[in-house]
Amino acid sequence: MPLITRRTALQLGASAAALGASGDFAFAQSAIKTADATPPKLDIEKGATLRMLRPVRFVEPDEVIFRANCAKFAKETGVDVKVDFVGWEDITQQTAVTANTGAGPDLIMGFNEAPHIYTDKLVELSDVAEYIGKRYGGWLPMAQKYGKKHGTNNWIGLPFGASGGPLVWRKSAVNAAGFQAPPDDLAGFLDLCRKLHAAGKPPGFALGNAVGDGNGFANWLVWSHGGFLVDEDNSVAINRKETIEALKYLQELYKTFVPGTVAWGDISNNRAYAANEVWLTANGVSMYFALKRDPKLADIAEDTQHALLPKGRLNVSPMAGLTLNAMVFRHSKFPNASKALLQFLLEKEQYDPWLQANLGYWSQPLENYSESAVWSGDPKVSIFRNVMRSNFWVGYRGPISQGSAAANADYVMVQMCASVASGQATPEAAAAEAERRAKRFFR
Amino acid sequence: MTDASISATWVHRRADPTWLVRLFDSKPFLVIICLLPAVGLLMTFLTYPLGLGIYLAFTDTTIGKRGVWVGFENFQYLLTDPIFLNAVFFSVFYTSVATVGKFGLGLWLALLLNNHLPFKSLLRAIILLPWIVPTVLSAIAFWWIYDPQFSIISHLLIQTGLRETNVDFINTAWPARWSLIAANIWRGIPFVAISLLAGLQTISPSLYEAAMLDGATAWQRFRFITFPMLLPILAIVMTFSIIFTFTDFQLVYAITRGGPVNSTHLLATLAFQRGIPGGQLGEGAAIAVSMIPFLVFATLFSYFALARRKWQQGESND
Repeated sequence: MPLITRRTALQLGASAAALGASGDFAFAQSAIKTADATPPKLDIEKGATLRMLRPVRFVEPDEVIFRANCAKFAKETGVDVKVDFVGWEDITQQTAVTANTGAGPDLIMGFNEAPHIYTDKLVELSDVAEYIGKRYGGWLPMAQKYGKKHGTNNWIGLPFGASGGPLVWRKSAVNAAGFQAPPDDLAGFLDLCRKLHAAGKPPGFALGNAVGDGNGFANWLVWSHGGFLVDEDNSVAINRKETIEALKYLQELYKTFVPGTVAWGDISNNRAYAANEVWLTANGVSMYFALKRDPKLADIAEDTQHALLPKGRLNVSPMAGLTLNAMVFRHSKFPNASKALLQFLLEKEQYDPWLQANLGYWSQPLENYSESAVWSGDPKVSIFRNVMRSNFWVGYRGPISQGSAAANADYVMVQMCASVASGQATPEAAAAEAERRAKRFFR
Repeated sequence: MTDASISATWVHRRADPTWLVRLFDSKPFLVIICLLPAVGLLMTFLTYPLGLGIYLAFTDTTIGKRGVWVGFENFQYLLTDPIFLNAVFFSVFYTSVATVGKFGLGLWLALLLNNHLPFKSLLRAIILLPWIVPTVLSAIAFWWIYDPQFSIISHLLIQTGLRETNVDFINTAWPARWSLIAANIWRGIPFVAISLLAGLQTISPSLYEAAMLDGATAWQRFRFITFPMLLPILAIVMTFSIIFTFTDFQLVYAITRGGPVNSTHLLATLAFQRGIPGGQLGEGAAIAVSMIPFLVFATLFSYFALARRKWQQGESND
């Protein structure tokens, strides 16, 4: 995990005109609009103390500001908050244990689907969500999807942000191929990739067992052709003609890739991009920051651009991010204090500094935070402000569930694509195999 | 009155042992009390997890949901699952090829080291290195060696003009399988070589001298003295080696994660993938449990086929 030093954070903050002080860090003042809204009456229980789990930081200021915000909450309400930062691989299992044993932390900030799996173990958060939504211009579409119980208006999770993986490309190579930017239609995109390949500056997308990059590409490929893993009723719908067309498209697209992408993990495209081996790929913002930080790679960073993944047959670019999703457990003796904490953290005095501390790694779930100064710093990062403005999620179009999470973690879509790309299976056979595997998860 | 005179010759009599003393004198009690810590540890850390694993294999438990008993459903599904069947195939293939490789090269190395060489101890220490290095470290080294873009081997071959493109180590199924087997052999040779070297050094030189006097060739000396005398230790080492190879996890997980497209999943890596990241604890446990018959068979095979030769008990071969 690349760490950004305090100095980098300060420099980024300093690039904006006005400076405000918050703890050790300097932050630009953001013009966050607020609407009048009445906060829910939350009677904080007497003698309440809270324990919270959340995933470890991307960048150091994330943790510092998060702790400072919790300390501020303790000062204002007298509720002590103990936050534990847990490794990304462990948080799912720890959430499961907490939910099943009915003991442990009062609230957990987990990933994506967690609140949807343990719905009956959670405190409903609709009052806080409605207040915060009203105050900050409304929840963005992806936040609504991850926050609300499927098919209802009941909030079971409060999304705190998402990180997405759009296209990352070298301006020089794309321009030399005759394009201003990667085109939004599938034929044009294939044409661009062919020209890049012919110029010896190939594209490359992960087709190996890479949780983030692999799923990101496979999902985009199928979604942009109008396909999806499961339909609204949670029945497996992958073995359809859209999927097969997507896989046929991949057969052509794969010929333009740099060799070896079937073996790629999450880190591989970052390395290949930094070594001038790949000129167009998809990744989170971390790659750009890594390039920018390294003086030897500064010219690559200079030449790098971000763009949304091609829309294909849709009107919007299909991209599902990794979402931070906070939940409060019923076993907590202090549900009101827990809700008050989440509400406090989402208010602009706390949320905006935290959003800025994250430099764009996490993108806001609420409309009005789009005006945060974090997005007016480096224009190349500003595309990430729209990550949660997406109508897609992991397991699109079905309900968010254990099944969709498991199909994602077991690489059902990625391996369907990889088996076609590597010539191990025909598109028809691969789609049928994906259907067989998915049915196991959605029984 | 006579009674009184008898009682005058009173002798000190040992007090009746208390119940505690009697308890500690009782052999069955001592046996139980001394075994208890060991049994307790084994039950807690060995039997319980193993039993739980076997139990889970018959349920549909997932991470997040307590499962219900489903009988053999997991196993029935696995038998129709091409990914599982491929993992069975690759586990057996990986184990057999890697074992043959390890023992061929390991025995050869042991024979070389058994000769009088300069810097013998130093050489033996160096030989052990691949085995001493934590597997994860060597796995990561191999991950780099096999990297599709940044392989040192590809780089050297291109620099010397022998190839024009990068070598495909792990991007397609069969190259990936052979690459993993090569890495496993590299890692396993030292264990075999050092163990067999220890065996070689227990063979009495007088046997070789007698054979030389009879005019035996080098091959005959190996075939009729070295090999038979080495068989008992060979059987043990092979049993261990098969078990370690069959249950290998780190090499495969670090280098290919079971890819490309599940072609290099071993049963252990598949069990982990399904059970922990995939969340299907019951199915993962079923995959792990299905390793047990293979391991029992492999152990019995090397034990009975290699170690119980009649001549070793002083009878002639038939």
